[in-house]
Amino acid sequence: MSAQDHSLRDPPDLPRPFRPSGPLMQRNSAITERRWVQWTLIATAVVFLLFFLFLPLVAVFAEAFRNGVSTYLIALQEPDARSALNLTLITAAIAVPLNLVFGVCAAWAITKFDFRGKSLLISLIDLPFSVSPVVAGLVYVLVFGAQGWLGPWLLEHDIKIVFAVPGIVLATIFVTFPFIARELIPLMQAQGTDDEQAAVSLGASGWKTFWRVTLPNIKWGLLYGVLLCNARAFGEFGAVSVVSGHIRGMTNTLPLHIEILYNEYAFAAAFAVASLLASLALVTLAAKSFLEWRYGDELAAGRRH
Amino acid sequence: MTPLLATGTRRRIRKSAIPGFGLTMGFTLVYLSLIVLIPLSAVFFKTADLGLDGFWEIITRTRVLNALKLSFGTALIAASINAIFGVLVAWVFVRYTFPGKRLLDAFIDLPFALPTAVAGIALTALYAGNGWVGQYLEPLGLKVAFTPVGIVVALTFVGLPFVVRTVQPVLEDAEAALEEAAASLGANRWQTIARVIFPAVVPSILTGFALAFARGVGEYGSVIFIAGNLPNVSEIAPLLIVIRLEEFDYAGATAIAAAMLIVSFTMLLVINGLQVWSRKRSEKL
Amino acid sequence: MDIHVRNIEKDFGTFKALDRVDLDIESGELIALLGPSGSGKTTLLRVIAGLEFADQGEILFGNQDMARVPVRDRQVGFVFQHYALFKHMTVLDNVSFGLKVRKDKPSAEAIRQRATELIELVQLGGLEKRYPSQLSGGQRQRVALARALAIDPKVLLLDEPFGALDAKVRKDLRRWLRDLHDQTGVTTIFVTHDQEEALELADRVVIMNKGRIEQLGHVDAVYEKPANPFVFDFLGNTNIVPVTLRNGVVNLGQGDAAIAESSGSKDGPALLYVRPGDVRIAADGAAGLPTTVQRVQRTGPIVRIDAEVFGSTAPITVELPHLHHDTSAFQPGAELRLRLLQFSLYAEDSGALLGASTPADAIGVAASRQRSR
Repeated sequence: MSAQDHSLRDPPDLPRPFRPSGPLMQRNSAITERRWVQWTLIATAVVFLLFFLFLPLVAVFAEAFRNGVSTYLIALQEPDARSALNLTLITAAIAVPLNLVFGVCAAWAITKFDFRGKSLLISLIDLPFSVSPVVAGLVYVLVFGAQGWLGPWLLEHDIKIVFAVPGIVLATIFVTFPFIARELIPLMQAQGTDDEQAAVSLGASGWKTFWRVTLPNIKWGLLYGVLLCNARAFGEFGAVSVVSGHIRGMTNTLPLHIEILYNEYAFAAAFAVASLLASLALVTLAAKSFLEWRYGDELAAGRRH
Repeated sequence: MTPLLATGTRRRIRKSAIPGFGLTMGFTLVYLSLIVLIPLSAVFFKTADLGLDGFWEIITRTRVLNALKLSFGTALIAASINAIFGVLVAWVFVRYTFPGKRLLDAFIDLPFALPTAVAGIALTALYAGNGWVGQYLEPLGLKVAFTPVGIVVALTFVGLPFVVRTVQPVLEDAEAALEEAAASLGANRWQTIARVIFPAVVPSILTGFALAFARGVGEYGSVIFIAGNLPNVSEIAPLLIVIRLEEFDYAGATAIAAAMLIVSFTMLLVINGLQVWSRKRSEKL
Repeated sequence: MDIHVRNIEKDFGTFKALDRVDLDIESGELIALLGPSGSGKTTLLRVIAGLEFADQGEILFGNQDMARVPVRDRQVGFVFQHYALFKHMTVLDNVSFGLKVRKDKPSAEAIRQRATELIELVQLGGLEKRYPSQLSGGQRQRVALARALAIDPKVLLLDEPFGALDAKVRKDLRRWLRDLHDQTGVTTIFVTHDQEEALELADRVVIMNKGRIEQLGHVDAVYEKPANPFVFDFLGNTNIVPVTLRNGVVNLGQGDAAIAESSGSKDGPALLYVRPGDVRIAADGAAGLPTTVQRVQRTGPIVRIDAEVFGSTAPITVELPHLHHDTSAFQPGAELRLRLLQFSLYAEDSGALLGASTPADAIGVAASRQRSR
C-alpha cells in the first residue's frame, strides 16, 4: 500500500506516451501559486544563489587571470607550488583508498548482519563530520606531538608524524573518514541481502559473492563516495594546517600553499593555485551530476547527504 | 512462533548465510578506534588532567568566551539564513520550472566540493572594500570583510547545501493529493502551505539547520581569511585553538576543543533524534 | 444538488482524456463511473471537482456554471484513493480541517461538535485522538469520508475509494457506503474499475472508454442490454459466437431463435455475445446449438464446461450450478446441445447493437445472476 505511486502523476491511469509533460504541481492551478508569486520566489532564490555560489567561483578565476596568463602559468610552475601539488596528490592517494576499504567493510558489516549497537556504530562513523577540522588536527598533536602520548617514544625512535607527511595524511583520513561509508550504507541497506543469500546458497565464497554480486550493485554509489572523499582530501585546510608545521616545499599542501601566498600578498599566485582546486571542484560536481542523472535510480537510496 | 524465537532464528540464519562478518566488523572497529576514537579521547583525557576548575578557568577567560560566543553566534545566524533561503531554493527547485534550473541544482553542492581556503579568499576578494560586492556595500556603511558580518557570509556559504539537500527530497516525495485534499476542503494556498506542507517539512528543515550549524561552529578555512581575526571581536574559537597551539599552550587549546566537542556531540544527538522523529512522521500511509 | 456535464473535452498533449462528454446527474443519486485504465473516468471526476480544468464545455451545479470556479470554492467533498489524510493531524483535526479553514469559521466548540458527530457517523467514535498511521486502511478511508462530509458538500466525489483495500474490507465498506448514502442523501459520484462494485453500489452506472461514455443507465438495464460489445465484455465473462442473420432471425439450431428487438438490421454475419451463466443444456432430444465437450471442470458450486461450437474457432464456456447436473454425463468428446437464455447480437463491423433476446426461462436466469443488493 504505497501512497507514492499516486503522488506526482495524474491521472494515474494514463498510458505512458501520453503522460502530461510537467509535474501536476505546475499544471494544476488548484495546488500551485500565482504566476507572479512563482517568479518572485524564483528570482529571489536565483539572486541568492548568484551572490553566494556563482560570484565566489567567478572571482577565483577572475583574480587568477588578473595579471595575465603568463603570471598565472608562472605561479603554477613555481617549485613550491609543484611540491605542494605532489604532496596533495600523495595524501589523497593514501587517504582515499584506505577510506574506501573501510567504507566497504563498514557498510558490509552494518548492512548484511544484525547486531546490537548498530545505530551507535553508524553515529560514530559520522562523528568526524561534526568535529571541527581544527580539533581533528589537534587530536593528532595530542597523540603524536612532542608532549603527546606517544611523543617521547617517537622521539626516541626518530619517527616524525606531526609536522610531517604522516600527520597530514592522518588528518586528511580523519576528515574524509565518513564519506564513502555514508554513501554505501543506505544504498546497501535498500538493496537488502537477498542477492548475497542467493549467491552463497549457490556455493559462491564470500569474496566471490562480494566481487560478482555486491560490487556491481554498488559500483556507482561507491564511485560517488570516492568523488566526494577525493574532493575533500584535496581541499582540506584546517586539520592539515594544524599538523603540517608549514614547512615550504616539505609539508605544504595546495590549500596551505594558497594561505602562504595570500598572507604574502601574492594574490594572483594564490588565486592561480586556488583556480586549480576550484577546477577540481567543478569536475567533481560535473561527475556527480552525471552520475545522478545517469544512474540516479541506483544511487537513489544513498544520494542525499 | 513467538516473536522472540522468530528473531533468534532469523539472526542465526543471516549470520551463517553470508560470510565475512568477523573480518569486516573487526577491521571497521580497529580502523574506527585508531583513526577517530582513540585520538578524540585524547582531548578528554587531556582535559581531565586539568580538572574541572582548570577547565572552567580556561574557557571562562574573556578572550575564549568571546571566541566561543562569536563562533556559536555567527553559526546560528548563518544557519538561520540558510534555513530560510534553503527552503526557498528547495521549493523553487521542486515546484517550478525555469531556465538554468538543472545547472543551479548541480551547483548547490559547490560548497561541499570547493576547498574552504579557496572559498575564503574568494569571498574576501568579493566583499573587501575594493571588491566586486564590497565597493557597493561599504558606501552604505556596511562593512563585511574583516568584521563578524564577513564570518556570517562565509558560514552561509559553507552551510548552504545542508538545508537544500535535506528539504529537497522531502518536498519531492510530497503527495499532490494532500494539497488537493486541502484545497477541496476550502483551504486557500497560504493555509495549505502553512498547515499541510510546512508541518511535513519541519523535521527536515531542523535537520538541515542543525547540520549547517554544526558545520559552521567548527569551520576554519573559509572564515580566517575574511574575519580579520581581531581578538574579542572577530576571532573564532577554532582560530583561538590554533593560536594556543602555536604558543605551545596545549592545555588551553585542548580545553577550548573539549568545550566545542561537547556542544558538537550534543548537536549530533539532536540531529539523530530529529531524524528518528522525522522518519516516524513521514511514515507512509 | 443536480450536476450537469455538458460537452466536456480535455486533452493531455495528444491524448484525448475526455471527448465530448455529456452527463446529467440527479440530486441524491449514487453514480458509478466505470471503465478500464485510461478511459477518462478519473479525469472526469477531477474536472467535476475542479482539480483539473476542462479545455471546453460546462460543468453545472444546479444551474450555476462552475467551469471557472476553483476547487476551494466549489464545496465538493473529494475522497482520494490513498486517503490523502494529513499525517501530522489526529483524526479529529483531520475531520475539522475543512471547518477551520473557512472564512466564516465557526466557533471552536461548534467545530469540535460537528467533527465528533461525523466521526460517530462513520463509526470511529473513540478514535478521535489517533493519528492516521495508527489506523487500518478501512478506518483511514472512513476518516477521509468524514473529512469530506464535514464541509457539507454539494456533491461527494470518490476516486477508487476502495482500490487500496483488501477484498474483505472492500465488501464491508461498500455496503456501509451505500447505507451512509441513503442516510445522508448527498449526490455521490464514485470512480471504479471493478464492475461488481459499480453494479452493487450504484443507482446508475456510466461506462467509459477512451474518453467517451459508452453507455449510461440503471444497473439492471446496462447489464441486461449492453449497448455495444465493449460494454458487454467489460461487465463480465463473455462468449462470442459468430452467427449469420437471415430475415432478422439467427439460426442457433434450437428452432430458429428470433431476436426480441430487431432493429431492422440487414442480413449477414453478426457476433453473438452470451455470458457463460446464461447458457443451459438442452433437454434430451430438444433442439439446441450443437457443440462438442472439450473440458469439464468443477470449481465449488459451479461446473464449467468448455465446448467447441461447430464452425467456430473459439470454444464456448458454459457455467452450470453443480446441483442441477450430473457431471459424469459430460465427458470430453460428447455431443452437447446448448440453449442460450439471454444474449446480445452486434454487427460485426460497427459493433452496433442489432438486438437482444429476452430470457425465455426467467427462473434459470435469476438463479445464475445472484445480485446482492
